[in-house]
Amino acid sequence: MTNKSESGNTEWPLWEVFYQPKDGKPFEHAGNVHAPDAEMALQNARDTYARRNEGISIWVVPSDQITASTPEDQGPFFDPANDKPYRHPQFYSVPRAVKKRK
Amino acid sequence: MSTTNTLLQTKQDVLVEVLLRLADDRLIHGHRLSEWTGHGPELEEDLALANVALDMIGHASSLYGYAAELEGKKDEDHYAYFRDDRDFKNIALMELPRGDFAFTIARQFLFSTFSYFLYQKLIETVEDEQLNGMLQKHLKEIKYHLRHSREWVLRLGDGTEESHHRMQDAFDEIWMYTGEMFEVDEIFQEAIKHNLYVDVSQFEDDWKDLVNSTLEEATLSVPDYDQYMFTGSRHGHHTEHLGPLLAQMQFLRRSYPDAEWK
Repeated sequence: MTNKSESGNTEWPLWEVFYQPKDGKPFEHAGNVHAPDAEMALQNARDTYARRNEGISIWVVPSDQITASTPEDQGPFFDPANDKPYRHPQFYSVPRAVKKRK
Repeated sequence: MSTTNTLLQTKQDVLVEVLLRLADDRLIHGHRLSEWTGHGPELEEDLALANVALDMIGHASSLYGYAAELEGKKDEDHYAYFRDDRDFKNIALMELPRGDFAFTIARQFLFSTFSYFLYQKLIETVEDEQLNGMLQKHLKEIKYHLRHSREWVLRLGDGTEESHHRMQDAFDEIWMYTGEMFEVDEIFQEAIKHNLYVDVSQFEDDWKDLVNSTLEEATLSVPDYDQYMFTGSRHGHHTEHLGPLLAQMQFLRRSYPDAEWK
């Protein structure tokens, strides 16, 4: 049952846990759990992260299936937005008439 | 048992007795599960067992609370902390030492499958609104306990050579304590008349089907249902394991009866 990899690691594989706080809301990352397979990962996620009414739905994803950006990507990925304030909706002032309707 | 019949003259007496039987099973089970806290095979499983323990103690607490209300006791602590082993009405299955992880899972599975069918029938039958409301709430958690323990039976039974043997040994050892779940004594007969309990033989075959199919899927052999079955716990004749459990569980409350959580 335990996955013994070649490196002699006897720990269960790691799963990332996401939960949906409410209907229609995006899933949020909660943390991770160890589990031998997907069904047990779901149960462990429920016991670890969803015992206090945190959400209505859970996803578990094998951690090694996630492709992440690297620290070196930080510049090319995120910097371009810094000096282009017009990319942000806050850059544009809202006309008074529209504000009033709120 | 003419003495018990004379003691239980009213419908309320019968209701209290049913509440205590249901609650004692769950409190003792919850206590045994709580013994795993800090000793689980994995951090995640440690949390899972503690969660189920808390669910069980929570079920017991609300059932005791209702009995206390009916009997005019101060609170549920009276039943948990100030009764001796002869007064406890839990079946022996619940009080057996926690054993290894396989044994704990075998007990959880056999009891959760039983509770799953029992509570569904009780919810159809019990007219007492307060009790019925509790049962409906508890059934949701029982479904989860069943799922958790069933998944483990499958994985341990159909796992490594060692986990298979341990799971099989656990079922072989525990089997003689399953008979008490399906016993119907005079008190339960009385309760059935008042729609406060159900004839458990109605779902015994369903229970066996679920147990058999799970064990077979887990490549385990089903022990003999017709073997000698332990009996007497509902009437206070317990195994030697209940006394030490109660000593540990009740010590603090009895030594400091006025102590409060601050």
